[in-house]
Amino acid sequence: MTRALAALAAVVALAAPGAAAASDQHPTLADLEDEVMCPTCHTALELSSAPAADRIRAFIRREIAAGKTKSEIKASLVDQFGEAILAAPPTRGFNLLAWLLPLVGGALAVVLMAFAARRWLVSRGPPEDEPGHEANGRARVVDRDLERRLDEELARFDA
Amino acid sequence: MGRRLPKIFLQIAAVVLIALLLGIFAWQLVNRDSATSLGDRVNAGATPPAPTFELERLVGDGTLSLASLRGKAVVLNFWASWCEPCKEESPRLEQAWQQWRHRDVVFVGIDSQDLEGDAMNFARRYGLTYPLLHDGPGAVIGHYGVTGFPETWFVDRHGRLVGPRIQGPISNRTLRRNIQRALESS
Repeated sequence: MTRALAALAAVVALAAPGAAAASDQHPTLADLEDEVMCPTCHTALELSSAPAADRIRAFIRREIAAGKTKSEIKASLVDQFGEAILAAPPTRGFNLLAWLLPLVGGALAVVLMAFAARRWLVSRGPPEDEPGHEANGRARVVDRDLERRLDEELARFDA
Repeated sequence: MGRRLPKIFLQIAAVVLIALLLGIFAWQLVNRDSATSLGDRVNAGATPPAPTFELERLVGDGTLSLASLRGKAVVLNFWASWCEPCKEESPRLEQAWQQWRHRDVVFVGIDSQDLEGDAMNFARRYGLTYPLLHDGPGAVIGHYGVTGFPETWFVDRHGRLVGPRIQGPISNRTLRRNIQRALESS
């Protein structure tokens, strides 16, 4: 079973970059439509029926027919419209922040939550089965009550 | 005191962060308002300085800046090849350009949010000979607060906008009247 899973993981790991490379070398319009924005309506090309979006779709079709790769087509669009034409910011330069900030923010949130949880646990006092528990008056009363009820139940059982 | 210090720092950091976000929001708000109100001000008769730009020529090499046209009246026409009303307007602009080009008037067509190849085909099809500039990202339309294509603005000899701005295809009469206004503005 473990071997089968490992083999499957290996196949997926090997196939994914292959598929990505194939998509880059021989892209389809659909491959690019969700990665390119309509410049006038600021939605993904696949969601837009604006005249400008139609022109860009026609341009992509022409470029694909001319044998251009996905990266080349995107570079050509960026050259004409700027980087705002891309649905996702590139992973370099200042735009890298758009990718890193959510990760940093997420990590920071986890650290803050862990810190807050620790503080909350400390302020709540030790659990009932620890020696320090006797210091908590209310917990001790509940404990005694339970003890009494347990004794009564046992006595009833013995009788 | 030792335990309180980080808490104070966190509070200060939070306040600074919120102030920063508010500042960005206010900046965006002010910028957007100044862009949209430029047209209103011009339509109301004000003559604010025309936002400057320097863009690549669509046909031929090099760039053209608005500043380099100081001393002449400028007809600034924003268009795109995918814009249907621009097809109706372009021959009229070309005709007017031929009439005014030797009288201290420059027509400048700014092709925005458009593919360069499509724009060049458009210019060829309609025989446009006045200077055409390419602004693919549409940065200049943001400065002017252009809301659609075509849109025409007029700049006087001193680089100030003279109104009104014309949204939609411009008529010969409006074109003539506004060029005269730009030439006579002192």
